Formats: sequence, structure tokens, C-alpha cells
Amino acid sequence: MMKQNFWTFVVEQHEKLFMQVIQHLGLTFSSLLLAIIVGIPLGILISRKKKLAHFILGIAGILQTVPSIALLGFMIPFFGIGAIPAIVALLIYALLPIIRNTYTGITGVSTNVMEAGKAMGMNSRQLLFKVQFPLAMPVILAGIRTATVINVGVATLASFVGAGGLGEFIFGGISLNNSNMILAGAIPAAFLAIFLDQTIAFLRLCTKLSMKVNWM
Amino acid sequence: MIKVESISKHYEGRSVVDGISFEAFDQEILILLGTSGCGKTTTLKMINRLIETDTGHISINGQNIRDKKMEDLRMGIGFIMQHTGLFPHYTIQENIATVPKLLKWDKKHIQNRTYELMHKLHLSTDMLIRYPHELSGGQQQRVGIIRALIANTPVLLMDEPFGALDNITKSEIHTAFKSLDELKNKTTILVTHDVQEAFELGHRIALMDKGKILQIGTPKEMIYHPKNNFVSDFFASNRLLLEHKVTTLADLETMLLIEDIIQPSFSARSTVWSALQHLSRDKHDFDRYEKLSKAFAAYRKMQIA
Repeated sequence: MMKQNFWTFVVEQHEKLFMQVIQHLGLTFSSLLLAIIVGIPLGILISRKKKLAHFILGIAGILQTVPSIALLGFMIPFFGIGAIPAIVALLIYALLPIIRNTYTGITGVSTNVMEAGKAMGMNSRQLLFKVQFPLAMPVILAGIRTATVINVGVATLASFVGAGGLGEFIFGGISLNNSNMILAGAIPAAFLAIFLDQTIAFLRLCTKLSMKVNWM
Repeated sequence: MIKVESISKHYEGRSVVDGISFEAFDQEILILLGTSGCGKTTTLKMINRLIETDTGHISINGQNIRDKKMEDLRMGIGFIMQHTGLFPHYTIQENIATVPKLLKWDKKHIQNRTYELMHKLHLSTDMLIRYPHELSGGQQQRVGIIRALIANTPVLLMDEPFGALDNITKSEIHTAFKSLDELKNKTTILVTHDVQEAFELGHRIALMDKGKILQIGTPKEMIYHPKNNFVSDFFASNRLLLEHKVTTLADLETMLLIEDIIQPSFSARSTVWSALQHLSRDKHDFDRYEKLSKAFAAYRKMQIA
């Protein structure tokens, strides 16, 4: 009975559901993309200027500790409501794993290999793109994977600042005491997280396989 | 030619290299020999500026190394290191082509040179598409040598290149390495702690201790005319072997008629060691063995006296 009701709900509301999934993905990916654009260069920067590393990782760590709903709240005075405050909050959340893993990946490249590159006359740009970056890629991808999963989760809260997403069904369902509505939001959200996690895991495996190396 | 003039390096007040000067000539293999921590690797890395000198000058073919752009300097110097330093994410082919690509060689040229050197170092070209970790330690080291030789740089620096290899693999690579005509047009400096390797490969040896060069000279000078006790003690445990290895049959010319002992398998350039080794195999060679031993004993007396 319950199951049938759930399906009827999904079928009836499929347009809305589809819309929410798209919004959810949009929030996740736009914030993730921005986090990559900001986080990877920052990770590279602190791998070269070790004195900055402590400071930057510290700040990213503190931002990460702020409860997600509070962080969304902080955004409203600055950005109002809508997609922008949600994306900024998600971006902040995704930064730490990306910066940290870029830093760990790049500083983890064997000093031997780095020395060989230098000794052959590579400049720092060539060293970065031909040696450090490819070798650090699996670690960086692992960071992006963590960030993606966090963002799919936190994006459910984005509905509180009017940014839409699957949170609308979940929290709408809770306030209306409608389990079908809750599930119609919760199940796709869970699937999205699992699906994206596995997709990136697969990508990471591919980069590793294409190099056929187990240096990690 | 590399000219090193009173270079020093300090780390946290501790002197690692202490006013070293030497020259390495064209077409020669100069060995920096010494125990761990004597400053030999630091000295080597100061030549391609992986480590900067605190004081002193280094020039290559008359040009101060600091007057050149760092990348250009290093592209003109082949470098071989102990743990190969091959790029794990590059195939053997890509590893070997690293420097030629930096120098913007065309593909055909890179390929021809690669095949030529693979052949000289007895590596199958099937390996080119494989990754470094799929190769044995000896094969990886050969690839490291090819990568350093391919651009035909006038200078080759080698940092304990054969240190991690077992004895059999090591002597195979020594043989392949010595016969490379690529070495004929360059100045090679090799760092090692292995006395036998130093005598096997070196034209001249610089023995180092505590950041200073104690003596620099040909293998023969080192063994027969040590400047002080440290030098003679350093070679003491290998002395007999080394004496036999630094002496060739040609050296014994005044002591014996080479025709008396000559065998098809060795020439006047063979060492006493390899000749005796060969003669000791067969009982028909008893007399020859004895003649050679006697001649060597007489030669030895003359050298030391």
C-alpha cells in the first residue's frame, strides 16, 4: 500500500522531482567546479610556500567546522537568498578536502623523481605539469570525491535559503508529515551521492590503470 | 673540461665540503671515492647546481656555471642517480625522450637515438612501451643511463649509479658502460663508495674524507704511491686484488716475454688479474701461471721500492 502510494506520488510529481534533481546537481557541480578552480591552485601554492600551508589549511579547517546550516545562515546577510548563497556555502565546504589533497599529493611526489626532473633541466612549470600534477592526480581526485559527497549532502539544506534542490521535498515532507514526499527527496539524494562517489572512484581507477603504477 | 676551485658547503655550521679543488678533463672518467658523508655527492650536485656552493667557483669548458640559465646548464649535463629517478607515470620511451623533447628534437631523431642506445646497452626495444616498475633494477638503471646519454651532453655526472645492484648485474653493466663510445667525447664524474668499481671504471680517482680530497691520481698512483696512511689504509682490504687489476700485461714487458704466456683470449691490454684467472683454469698452464706470477712479483717490487 505504502509502496504504491510512494510510486503514485513520484509519478504525479515527476516534473517537480526532475526539476529538483537538476537544481541539486547544479548546486553541487557549480560549487564543486569553483572549489576546484580555487582549491587546486591554492594547494599548489602552499606546496611551494610551506610557511603558508599551516595558515591556509587552518582557515579551511575552521570553515569546515562551522555547522552547515549555520554557514548557510551566515550567507544570507551577504548574498540574500537564492542559489548564490548556497553555492558560496557549498564552495567553502568543498575547499578543505581539495586544498588538503592537492597539497598532500604534490608534496608526496618522491624527491628522487623531482630531483631527476630538475637535473634534466625542467623549469618549475614543466615540473608541475609533467611530473607533480600527473603523479598527484589520484590523491587530488580522492579529495574531489570527498568534496562531491559532502556537497550532495549539504545541498539538501540549500532549500532553506531558497535555492531549491531535493531538500524541498525532504523538509516539505517533514513539515507536512508526508512520508512519501520525504522519501521522494531522500532516496534520489542518497542515490546521487552514491552514484557520483562511484563515478569518481572509477575515474580515479582509470587514471591509475592508465599509468599502471601503484606508487601509493 | 670541468674546473672546480676551492668550493665549500656548510649546513647549519657543519662543514660538508671544505675547500675542494680539482679538474676533470675531456674524455676522462673521474671518480669521487669515499665513505658515506664524506661530501662526495654534495660536491657532484654542486656541479649541476642541484646544490648551490657557499664559496668557490665551478666552470665547465671555461664558462662559470652561474653565468648560464639554470635550465640550460642542466640540459647540457647528463645526470644518473642511484635510484634511477625514472618517472613512474611515463613509459620507458617517454622517459628516455624527456630531454630531447625539452630540446625540441624531431620524433624520428629521438627514435633513432633511442634504438641505437637501447641496442648498445643490450635492452630489447619491446621494453619501450613498458613502465619503469615493470623492469628489473638492472634494466631500470640501464634506462637511466640511456636517458642521461641521449642528448649527448659534454658532461655526465653519476651519483652512485650502480650502488643498488647485485654484483653480477653490476659487472654486466660495468662492461656495457665501459664499452660505450659515447663516453669518449665527454667529461664524466662518477661518485661511488665502492673501491672495486672505482678501479674498474676510473681513469683517475679522487679519494675524499671529511669534505676534503686526500689524494687524486690514477689507480696505479693511488695503490703504489699513497700520499698518507689514510689512503693506503682505505685500500688495504682490497689491496692484492687491486694491484693485480691495475697492472696490465704490457706493464710487465720488461719482466717477461709476453709471447711466453699469451693466449688467444687476452692481449697486452689485459690485466694481470684476468690473465691469471684465465691461466688458473687449466693444468697445462701451470708454467705460464708461474712465469706470470713471478714477473708480477718483480714488477711490484720495482713499483713499491
